[in-house]
Amino acid sequence: MLRFLLRRLLVAVPTLFLVITAAFFMMRAAPGSPFDLDRKLSPEIEASVKAKYGLDRPLGVQYLDYLGDVARGDFGPSLKYKDKTVLQIVRDGFPKSVTIGLSALILAAVIGVALGVAAAVRQNQAADYGVMTVAVLGVCIPTFVTAPLLVLLFASKLGVLPTAGWPSDTEPLAGAVRYLILPVVVLALPQIAIISRLTRAGMIEVLQSNYVRTARAKGLPGRSIIVRHALRAAVLPLVSYLGPACAGLITGSLVVEQIFQLPGLGRSFVIGALQRDYTVVMGVVILYATLILALNLLADVLYAALDPRVKLS
Amino acid sequence: MSATLAPRSKDGAETMARVAARGRSLWDDARRRLLRNKAAVASMIVLGLLVAAALIGPYLAPFRYDAINKDDVWVGPLSAGHLLGTDSLGRDLLARLLIGLRVSLAIGVVATFVSLVIGVAYGAVAGYLGGRLDEAMMRIVDVLYSLPFIFFVILLMVTFGRNFILMFVAIGAVEWLTMARIVRGQTLSLKQKEFVEAARAAGLSRGAIIARHIVPNLLGPVVVYVTLTIPAVILAESFLSFLGLGVQEPLTSLGTLISRGAADMELAPWLLIFPSVAMMVTLMCFNFIGDGLRDALDPKDR
Repeated sequence: MLRFLLRRLLVAVPTLFLVITAAFFMMRAAPGSPFDLDRKLSPEIEASVKAKYGLDRPLGVQYLDYLGDVARGDFGPSLKYKDKTVLQIVRDGFPKSVTIGLSALILAAVIGVALGVAAAVRQNQAADYGVMTVAVLGVCIPTFVTAPLLVLLFASKLGVLPTAGWPSDTEPLAGAVRYLILPVVVLALPQIAIISRLTRAGMIEVLQSNYVRTARAKGLPGRSIIVRHALRAAVLPLVSYLGPACAGLITGSLVVEQIFQLPGLGRSFVIGALQRDYTVVMGVVILYATLILALNLLADVLYAALDPRVKLS
Repeated sequence: MSATLAPRSKDGAETMARVAARGRSLWDDARRRLLRNKAAVASMIVLGLLVAAALIGPYLAPFRYDAINKDDVWVGPLSAGHLLGTDSLGRDLLARLLIGLRVSLAIGVVATFVSLVIGVAYGAVAGYLGGRLDEAMMRIVDVLYSLPFIFFVILLMVTFGRNFILMFVAIGAVEWLTMARIVRGQTLSLKQKEFVEAARAAGLSRGAIIARHIVPNLLGPVVVYVTLTIPAVILAESFLSFLGLGVQEPLTSLGTLISRGAADMELAPWLLIFPSVAMMVTLMCFNFIGDGLRDALDPKDR
C-alpha cells in the first residue's frame, strides 16, 4: 500500500511538470500579450510594464523562474487585475466552483444510482427502456443546450428561478439556493446519464452472482437483497468513475459558469486564456491538474479498500 | 471420417456446396443481430438522410448560407419562403443548418480518423510487443489520461488561432487514448491465438504480423468505438464553438449555431431550437448505432 502510494506520487510529479511546461509554452506562443487589449500603449510604457513583470527576459529564464516560484507556492500577480494575485483569484473563485461541482456530483450520484437500480431490477421492461432512453438523451444533449432551454422555461416564462448570477452574501440561505438550482441541475444531467448506465450494468452483473442467489434462497425479501447485498457491490465501479466525473464537471463548469455568469474558476480560466492573463491561466491549470491527479489516486485507494479482491501493486 | 461425410449424390453435393458458400461468419451473425435492433436500424436510416442532406442539401437550398438579407431579419419559421426562419442578419436558417451539419459531421469523421490511426497503431504495437515497452507506453497513456485536456485544447485554439485543420488534430489527439487502451487489450488476447502463432512460425516479421494479422482482427471493437467517438468529437467541437473558439463566421457548425441561438433565444427561439434538435438527433443516431453494433458484435452481452 505504502509502496503503491509512493510510486503513484512519483508519477504525479513528472505529470504535473509536463502540464506546467506544456501550458507555459503554449500560453506564451499565443499571439498578443496581456497588455494590448487596453488602449494602445506607447512603446516606452509597454516596455516598462513588461519589465515590471519580468516579461522582457528570455523565455527560458522566465520559465525556470516560474518553476522556482511555483515550487515555493508563489503563483504571481494577475496581469490583468492589477491589484489581485493569482492565489486571491483562486481563493475567490474556487469555493464557488467547488460548491456547484460538489452539489452536482452528489445530485448525480443519488439520482443516477436510483435510476440505474430501478432499470436493472426491471431489466428489459418498459421502465428499463425508459431510463436507458433518458440516459442516452442525457449524454447527447450538450450542457449549453439544456442551460438556455431551462433558463427560458424556469426563469423567463415561469419566473420561479433567477436567470443568472451568484447570490450576494446578505442573501438568506433559502434565497441563495435558488440561484444555484439551475446551474447544478444543468451540470448534473450528463453525469446522471453516465452514472445510471454504470449502475445498471453493475447491478445486472451482480444480480446474477452466486451470493445474491444464496441470499434469495435464504428467503430474504427482494428489497433487502438489493439494498444490503447487491447495491454495495454494484456501485463499486462508480468509485473508479470519480476521476473522470470530476474532469467532466470541470469541463462542464467552463460552460455553466459562462452561461449563468457565476464568478467561479472556470470563468476565470476562459477569460484569462482569451486575455492572455498568463499567470491566472497557469494557476488554474495547475490547480485542476493536481485535483484530477489526486482524485484518481483517491479512487484507486478507495477501490482497493472497498473491494477485497483488488490488491494494489 | 471423410468417407462418411462425402456426399452420396449430385444433389447432396450441391446442397453442401451451397451451405458452405453461405457459411455464417461472425459478420453475418452480427449483421443479422444488428438488423433486428429497431433503434439501430431507425438510427441508420435517419443518419443516412442527415448525411445526404449535409452533402447535397446546400446545393438545393434556395438561399446561400452566407447571403445577408437586410429586409428579412428575424423572420419566424414557415414564412417568406424561409422554412426555418432567418437570423439577425436575415440569413436563411435552413441553409445555415445544412452547412453547420456538414461542418460538424466532417469534424467528427476526420478527428475520429486521426484518433483511429494513432490509437490503433499505438495500442497494437504496445500490446503485441509487450513487456517493458508495453508498460512504458501504457504508463504514458495513463499520464495523459489524467490531464485536464479541455484546458489544452482551449490553449491550442488560443495559441494557433481558430484553424480548421488544427481543430481536427487537437480533438483527434485527445480522443485516441481510449482507442489505444481498447486495442491493446484486444491485441493481448489475439496474440495468444493459433493463427498468430502460425504466422510467427511461418517466419513473418513482427511488423507484418501486426499489420496483416492483428489489426484486421481488431475491427469489431474498433468499429464500435469509432461510432461512439464521432458524437463525442462533435460534442467537443460544439463545446469549443460555444466558448467562441470554434468555426469562424460566416461558416458555421451546429455548436456555433446553438451558441448564437442561445444568445438570441428570447427574441428568436427558433434559432436555438432547430440547431439543438438537429444536434440531438445526430448524436442520438450515432449512440444508438454504436450500442447496436456493440450488442451485435459481442454476443456475450446479449
